[in-house]
Amino acid sequence: MVRLTRDEVLELAHLARLALTDDEVERLRGELAQILTHMEALSTVNTVGVAPMTHAVPMDLRLRPDEVAPSLMPEVALAAAPDKVDGQFRVPNIIKTQAES
Amino acid sequence: MSDLVWQSAAELARRVKAKEISAVDLSRAYLDRIAALDPKLGTFLRVDKSAAIRRAVEIDGQLAKGEDVGPLAGVPIALKDVLVTEGLATTAASRILGGWIPPYDGTVVARLRAAGAVILGKLNCDEFAMGSSNENSAYKPCKNPWDLTRTPGGSSGGSAAAVAAAFCAASLGTDTGGSIRQPAAMCGVVGVKPTYGRVSRYGVVAFASSLDQVGPLARSVEDAALLLEVISGFDPRDSTSIQEPAPKLRDAHKAGVAGLKIGLPVEYRSDDLDPEIAAAVARAADMLRDAGAAVVDVSLPHTRYALPVYYILAPAEASSNLARYDGVRYGLRKPADALIDVYKTTRGAGFGAEVKRRIMLGTYTLRSGYYDAYYKKAQQVRALIKRDFDAAFASCDAILAPVTPTPAFELGAKSNPIDMYLADVFTLSCNLAGLPGASVPAAMSGKGLPIGVQIMGKPLDEHTVLRVAGHIEANAGVRDHKPAFATQPIGAPA
Repeated sequence: MVRLTRDEVLELAHLARLALTDDEVERLRGELAQILTHMEALSTVNTVGVAPMTHAVPMDLRLRPDEVAPSLMPEVALAAAPDKVDGQFRVPNIIKTQAES
Repeated sequence: MSDLVWQSAAELARRVKAKEISAVDLSRAYLDRIAALDPKLGTFLRVDKSAAIRRAVEIDGQLAKGEDVGPLAGVPIALKDVLVTEGLATTAASRILGGWIPPYDGTVVARLRAAGAVILGKLNCDEFAMGSSNENSAYKPCKNPWDLTRTPGGSSGGSAAAVAAAFCAASLGTDTGGSIRQPAAMCGVVGVKPTYGRVSRYGVVAFASSLDQVGPLARSVEDAALLLEVISGFDPRDSTSIQEPAPKLRDAHKAGVAGLKIGLPVEYRSDDLDPEIAAAVARAADMLRDAGAAVVDVSLPHTRYALPVYYILAPAEASSNLARYDGVRYGLRKPADALIDVYKTTRGAGFGAEVKRRIMLGTYTLRSGYYDAYYKKAQQVRALIKRDFDAAFASCDAILAPVTPTPAFELGAKSNPIDMYLADVFTLSCNLAGLPGASVPAAMSGKGLPIGVQIMGKPLDEHTVLRVAGHIEANAGVRDHKPAFATQPIGAPA
């Protein structure tokens, strides 16, 4: 039986970059524990020497010829941006100035 | 025009090309039905009436000049809202992509357009294709045309219901763990999940990249084959695209099954299986045997592990794929003073409950220290599931199985996540092994609900899958059944 603490759920939410309400945290604590418990069935399978399968079809990564090809123009790529300035996506400042630090 | 909308896509294309009907009249016939009936069903998130008519006018003009407009000449098609469409909003039924207008077409969309199809609009689905009932759509529920108190299945619920109700000639959906086959079965239409890598994923909103495939939903095996031929084939823009030419599938449904060996997995004979579903599978096996196929038992010993494997791998891949929705480049943004809080509040407000659950689950299993116990272990068991199929296909050409444990269930019936996940228990293995699979209508339940059966084939052998499906379709006697909801008169066009 898997158990999760409230702090563990909050830590996961931080790693997943999700703001959750208190109700959501409590509900997920129960649901994740239930689902993870269901997955414990796998621990009984003998997988010694079995190579992990990453894709359904064996494939090698291909390289394309190094040639110039058409791509989206900057104004098209920026068209759906919630906030933009001077041909760039704008976000809140992430580097503190000397006065702020 | 009421009979026209039920005709096959193949027949409609022939009639448009022969100028017996105009592409414009044909598109209007479907658009009128959507306007009159869809408010009660909820299959469309967006109808693009003006673009559809514009495209139909163009096709009629090309035909008048004697030009070849392709195998889907003027055929009205609708698309699951995870398929990216240039100039037409694409939301994956999520608030976080609300109003996003893509600057490009996905490869399957471009191929449909090039084949002469008219795109009617975008279809409802579970948010980011995560769900088995269409109830996770952030915008509205979608109902089953056979019984409006029931779900159409999911995640491609809108794609299946719209085809069943003749709101389009055919549609495209995506299938990560059963999301084409399960709603197809519950709505009484044909659905095909191609071999992984057969159809390009370029311009498909990603859920779990090692499992996702695009495929057709249609009212006949022949129509599904026609669409699959159009959308298949190598695409340099998808690094997992298989370098094989598109297969010829149009005539597969009438090729017969004499001499084929059909496997019945013993592990799928569960006590939990609805007796009417079990009977439909047994009846389909009889049809194949009667036509000269050999029906043999096969074993897929790791079947019971498919569900835990899937619900580790798919959420893990989803948690990584959905990291891109951060409120910076497109879609929703919730303002905050610090960038990390922009991410958190945007994602907290933009994702629904099931999507958050899967992101959290994926984040848990991918954490350092947990990776070996969950993600790596699941990938190893996935390899064992694939080996089971390799061994089974040494003694058969195709596998016959149930699609769903029960016919369509009622809206709100499954409130516990695990109960909902169990709706996919017969379809997950096919995705994990990368195989082609189809759902074909095979019976009607005592309550008048459609029942489908599943056919799985060897990698790249869609042809045999469609041969078997075509034989069942021709002999099951349910092909002409239509939901009463969809045969009511629609009155004067809106």
